[in-house]
Amino acid sequence: MSNLSATLRSAGSAMGLAIAMGLVAFVVFGPLANLVIWAFAEQWFYPNQWPTRWGFEFWGRVFRPRAGAWESLWNSVSIAVATVGLSMALSVPAGYALARLALPARSLIMLIFLLPQAFPSLPIFVNIAAIFYNFGLNGTLFGVVLVHSLPGLVYAVWIATAAFSAVDRSMEEAARNLGAGPLRTFRDITLPQAFPGLMAASIFVFLDSIDEFTGTYFVGAPDIATLPILMFNASMGGNYQIAAITALILLIPSVGFMLVIERFLKADVLSRIGR
Amino acid sequence: MGTEALSLEGVSIRLGKTLVLDRISLEVPAGSFTCLLGPSGCGKTTLLRSIAGFAPLAAGDIKVGGNSIATLAPEARQTAMVFQSYALWPHMSVAGNLTYPLKLRGLPKAEREKRANAILSLLGLEGYGPRAVTSLSGGQRQRVALGRALIIDPPLLLLDEPLSNLDASIRRSLRGELRRLQQKVGITTIMVTHDQDEALAMADRIVLMRDGQIVQVAGPEDLYSAPADLGAAQFLGVDNVLAVAPDDPAAQGATLVGFRTEDARVFTDDMEHPDAPALARKGKVTTCAYAGGGYQVGIDVAGESLSACSARPVSPGDDALLSVPASMLMSFDANTRLLQGIRH
Ligand SMILES: Nc1ncnc2c1ncn2[C@@H]1O[C@H](COP(=O)(O)OP(=O)(O)OP(=O)(O)O)[C@@H](O)[C@H]1O
Ligand SMILES: [Mg+2]
Repeated sequence: MSNLSATLRSAGSAMGLAIAMGLVAFVVFGPLANLVIWAFAEQWFYPNQWPTRWGFEFWGRVFRPRAGAWESLWNSVSIAVATVGLSMALSVPAGYALARLALPARSLIMLIFLLPQAFPSLPIFVNIAAIFYNFGLNGTLFGVVLVHSLPGLVYAVWIATAAFSAVDRSMEEAARNLGAGPLRTFRDITLPQAFPGLMAASIFVFLDSIDEFTGTYFVGAPDIATLPILMFNASMGGNYQIAAITALILLIPSVGFMLVIERFLKADVLSRIGR
Repeated sequence: MGTEALSLEGVSIRLGKTLVLDRISLEVPAGSFTCLLGPSGCGKTTLLRSIAGFAPLAAGDIKVGGNSIATLAPEARQTAMVFQSYALWPHMSVAGNLTYPLKLRGLPKAEREKRANAILSLLGLEGYGPRAVTSLSGGQRQRVALGRALIIDPPLLLLDEPLSNLDASIRRSLRGELRRLQQKVGITTIMVTHDQDEALAMADRIVLMRDGQIVQVAGPEDLYSAPADLGAAQFLGVDNVLAVAPDDPAAQGATLVGFRTEDARVFTDDMEHPDAPALARKGKVTTCAYAGGGYQVGIDVAGESLSACSARPVSPGDDALLSVPASMLMSFDANTRLLQGIRH
């Protein structure tokens, strides 16, 4: 008797687990599946459960020269690359300096650095747009790169600081001791050791920039169109196919990110932020 | 480059608010092996780092071969330091680590490889060149770190507890190896250690430090038999200290006497007593433990716990006599300065 009830109970809990996992999968992958369906749906009207016509017609439309997808893709990628360049150029020296600072001061500075992230971003971007307007930066690629570098720098400085703190000080001293000057030591010893962390920082900044919408909208629109802007315009115009296809294109760098991060990001680099 | 003498003149170092080194003056002859010995936190590493250029001087001067190096950057000093953690570069192979200092000096590739191979065979690591340093054992890493320092043929070799990360047996064998290597290369060497056996076994001269100051500079035998004061004696294994009355025959003008456990014997009533030891005290046995080849006995003498050796086991609670021969007794004055060391 008790045997039977135990079996029933375990069967019940297995069922519960299956249902829970199904729910999680639905929440995580449901919208994504919907996106994929929209990308290949040529005709899909209410109240039909499924699209009534499938095909690649909208893909052709998106990539037609006049549609602006190519240009947006190019804009997105070049802005992201420039943002990575600018953020890393600033955060490598800043991260190194912070990593060599004594601990209480370091924690404080890094916390202050994080503060702008805690504010709602909309008023910040509106203000930036107003300031940029005075300098003629609105509607320029450079202006958009600057506005993307704002959150990018926060990530980059944090991760670079962690990466540099993980480098054993005595390894640098050994190089100095054996005849390497400070710059040579940084290039030959410190930088290679911190490389995985810096790589991770670059990838974070890249992805953040590829995805960025609000800042681009306020500073760049209507002259600069990136993929998120294109997607936004398409959605607002009720053109779900175009929006879905753009979103799928945006997935490419994200998936690439996951592959690279798996190779380069050592867990111990991140775990040393607090040290 | 050839080896050089080193001299420290009134070197003081301040880290934060603490005066870590207080007017250290020391002459190190060319080609000698000097050990810095002292308890943890006395400033040994700091002294080594000041010579290498990693701790700025608050006062004083450091000279190598008569020329001041105190204001030079670390890379300009030509001292070679082996760090306690070895500080090998994990992104380079064994050969990469060894040849990097040569690359900095602009040597051609063929010459670099030749020298790396020579060093590897000197260290008994033939064929290890392409290996990753992370794949080496502790002892092998230690030797690679040593090789990386020696390859630049420095005038001065600085070793910070190079053996303390290793286990006891490999440590003993490396002691001899390191000493032989130093004599073969003939390089002026300063080694930090807090292990007195290591210092006694390896050094030409031992510099005993305490609280950022030098207590005594002496050869191993002299340091062992005549430590400068009671504190130094205790650090060097003089673990029994007794106050003596002025009229005690053992006193001879001293207020304190000290001796090492291995120099004292205990005798119970059924054993034959020695004739006329310099120090004899009656007491009760408290502990008796086998110590390999003999027994180490704890004995309570009028409230003082002392320890001594016995050839035979004794039982706790027994009455016993502790005796120390005159030659093994150290005596100290009221200021704990040494009056009389042991005589071999
Ligand atoms: N950066 C620093 N700031 C303040 N005090 C320091 C600093 N570095 C070391 N000290 C202090 O200087 C003293 C000497 O340190 P040092 O590392 O030279 O000792 P040591 O003799 O090498 O000890 P050990 O045998 O434990 O290695 C210690 O009391 C230590 O606390
Ligand atoms: Mg030390």
